[in-house]
Amino acid sequence: MINAVGREIPEEILKLTGKEGYQGAKAKDNYEFTRGAAKIRAMVDPGRSKLAESIRDVLTKCGIRDGMTVSFHHHFREGDYVVNMVMEEIHKMGIKDLSICATSLGKAHDPIVPMIEDGTVTSIRSSGVRGKIGEAISTGKLKNLAVMCSHGGRVRAIESGEVHIDIAFIGAPSADEYGNLKANGGKSNCGVLSYAMADAQYADKVVAITDTLVPFPNVPASISMTNVDYVVVVDEIGNPAKIATGAAKPTTDMRKLRMADYCTQFVINTPYFKDGFSYQTGVGGASIASTISLAEEMEKRGIHMGFGVGGLTAPMCSLLERGLVDVLVDTQDFDLGAVESIQKHPDRHIEISASEYANPFNKGAYVNKLDFVILAALEVDVNFNCNVVVGSDGVITGAQGGHPDTAAGAKCTIVIAPLLQGRIPAVCTNVTTVTTPGETVDVIITDYGIAINPKRQDLMECMKDSKLPIRTIEELRDMAYSIVGEPDPVQFGDRVVGIIEGRDGTIMDVVREIKPYEFKD
Amino acid sequence: MSHPNKKRLRRSMMFLNCQKPGLIKDPYIYRPDSIMLDLEDAVAENQKDAARYSLYHALQEIDYRGVERVVRINGLDTPHWKEDIRVCVAGGADTIRIAKTESAKDVHMVEEHVLAAEREFGRQEGSTLLMAALESCRGVLHALEVCESSDRLIGIALSGGDYTKDLQTVITGTGVELQGARQQMIIAARAAGVQCWDTVFTNLDAMDVFEEEVKMIKMMGFDGKSLVNPRQIDIVHKIFTPTQKEIIFAEKVVREIDEKKAQGIGVFTVDGKMIDIAFYDGAKRTIDLAKASGVYEGDL
Amino acid sequence: MEIKKAAMAGTLESSDAQVSVEPGTKGIELSIESSVIHQFGRQIKATVLETLNRLGVTDGKVTVVDKGALDCTLKARVECAVYRSNEVAENLPWGGVIR
Repeated sequence: MINAVGREIPEEILKLTGKEGYQGAKAKDNYEFTRGAAKIRAMVDPGRSKLAESIRDVLTKCGIRDGMTVSFHHHFREGDYVVNMVMEEIHKMGIKDLSICATSLGKAHDPIVPMIEDGTVTSIRSSGVRGKIGEAISTGKLKNLAVMCSHGGRVRAIESGEVHIDIAFIGAPSADEYGNLKANGGKSNCGVLSYAMADAQYADKVVAITDTLVPFPNVPASISMTNVDYVVVVDEIGNPAKIATGAAKPTTDMRKLRMADYCTQFVINTPYFKDGFSYQTGVGGASIASTISLAEEMEKRGIHMGFGVGGLTAPMCSLLERGLVDVLVDTQDFDLGAVESIQKHPDRHIEISASEYANPFNKGAYVNKLDFVILAALEVDVNFNCNVVVGSDGVITGAQGGHPDTAAGAKCTIVIAPLLQGRIPAVCTNVTTVTTPGETVDVIITDYGIAINPKRQDLMECMKDSKLPIRTIEELRDMAYSIVGEPDPVQFGDRVVGIIEGRDGTIMDVVREIKPYEFKD
Repeated sequence: MSHPNKKRLRRSMMFLNCQKPGLIKDPYIYRPDSIMLDLEDAVAENQKDAARYSLYHALQEIDYRGVERVVRINGLDTPHWKEDIRVCVAGGADTIRIAKTESAKDVHMVEEHVLAAEREFGRQEGSTLLMAALESCRGVLHALEVCESSDRLIGIALSGGDYTKDLQTVITGTGVELQGARQQMIIAARAAGVQCWDTVFTNLDAMDVFEEEVKMIKMMGFDGKSLVNPRQIDIVHKIFTPTQKEIIFAEKVVREIDEKKAQGIGVFTVDGKMIDIAFYDGAKRTIDLAKASGVYEGDL
Repeated sequence: MEIKKAAMAGTLESSDAQVSVEPGTKGIELSIESSVIHQFGRQIKATVLETLNRLGVTDGKVTVVDKGALDCTLKARVECAVYRSNEVAENLPWGGVIR
């Protein structure tokens, strides 16, 4: 079938997954279902300990066996040790045919590749994969389909019972022996544990892994003892230097600064820029620069933000320090500034769950209340569809993250991308893979000009007197092509190796196996 | 009839290394008035040939969208400058920047080869403009003769690094070592009716000091500055942007002079200031600057 | 022109290409490696072959390692490598076979 973003979804994939093709951003509004549930083993005996001796010991206690689904969170980013230490032990035990349900996987998890090759891991569901796991999937090494989901979409899948987690492994910067877990107070602080919260509630067995055991009770806990079966203490759960990096130096790249300036000018010329507005931005150089210049405009005009949503960095947290925002709601911290901020301002810098953040299938999430979201993209096409997962070489190399969730929720979705990355044009006729549907994307900002989605005539009207270089999306594409030439489509093989899952569980697009490039004379 | 582009606006002249394809691909994005594609110091001795092929195709195939394309050629004491001139003219460079100019003779030598190249490659004779970089004490002392050396010459640029070495001092950051050269050059340029540009400022961590320097050279009368980084462009343009007050006054001066001239009146007052025909060019220049800076909304 | 000896031009920096040429007798043996092969492999090959053809190079091994160079850069690197193999750097035919 051809879905609502014009992508051909093969019938056998629909049959194999039991899924529907994507039908539109609001097609599943009012969808009714019964939540999934975890199988709980009661803790009646106060004399029983939750402490396990080792990863091996806890795997045995949880009854690990072939075909199970295990889950992980990515709050430790590229500094994570938990996934590898658990998977290595599982591998040694000879378990096969496992599903990994991760919130994201990165280069830190390259050691998983041999386990994909030998059939230990046969299914992966993740927001995205970078590094060697992406290559392994794209070269057809994973036995079953990889499912790339958004942060909101993952929680939807878990809460709705589509995905059932057998064992959740939760890396915790600090824990007490009874399983009260905090994101701070240890050696590898990550600020929040938002992405692990659904896993804690919906997995049959929940294992906390920590390197900092503290006296009971470890409160206020991000994840409560009421959901935790076992606690394992290890030497190190991660590399602090790669978990919360020092604040990035503000960019000095003139191209990014120009795009940031365009973005700020755009934002302040919309009707949404008024006292109490809400805002989310990314961690790229242009996004951070635009936060800095937006803050100056807010101060100048006496406008302050009602709430900010993150993925947070120090520049967003500095808005809190300067009284420019009432409250920050936080699902992930990207630098030390953000990690420190949540500890310093527990009343105004609030940890929220991934479900509260972005789940389309609960009774209302924060993304629905966003005025602005500032995003990036690898590719945007003339229908405003974005690709944030598949690289120009056809290999899976990025993550959906909250991209489709925030785009669907925000009143004004802005994507910033330099028009050319080397020879690759960011604006093109057809994206390699659709991850975020164009109907939810309002504005593309490039160094060559700005394109507004034609369905947002209201925004076009607002920009009339702004002096901003407004172009059509086709004009931006043509400018790019006139410089680099018109790109040919990637030559994929036939086999489908993964799906891009829409946040509502439908299929947005498929990802095919890559094959060596062939010159056709 | 002198070249129509001889006096075009040149506030920002940004250096780019010809040997770096990533740099010369689309610098017009930063909106400088001129780019200076460098064949000289930025290009390693064993890559001088490679830089010329890149330059030729860049000049021929990249649409620089109205930004002036200046090429800095190698010094006249090197084996490279003659082929540099051939490739510049063949490729259609707007202007050639002569390094280490010391005298009118240097300009004449280049001019001779440019003319030969224009004939060889079928370019209109006189279409290639020249500018001279003064990089030595002798060059600075000969500023006036250099300024008056050729119809093609659009102006002179100070090259502070080499000049201070020749002066047996260093760039101090106070500007004291460049005072004499700056004054001498701007006076010579104005006397000859050509343009004058200040030297580069290379410390990108001291943007506030850069800004002060640009303010100073504007007050001294310079037309603009050689730049090394795109971040410097907007700052220069901002400082060279006339204020609304200046624009309104310039408009009045132009209108009044046009009107009074018709009535045969030579001297009159605008906003209490004595005005005569000598104010006309300056007022026109203010309006042109305002237009280039995108702040002019009048109809002059 | 003939490829008289091995020569190279260009770098492996982003937006550049490194072109090597070596003498040969069996026509043009072209090998292309590119970070943008999928989108631009066809155009890179066409540009390199056109440039060699203009220069009158009919035999030789030509290796291109491309890092996203535009056509104008590819041409410049091929021309530079070929002229280097002939040790010619002056009085070049700008606007003639170099165009």
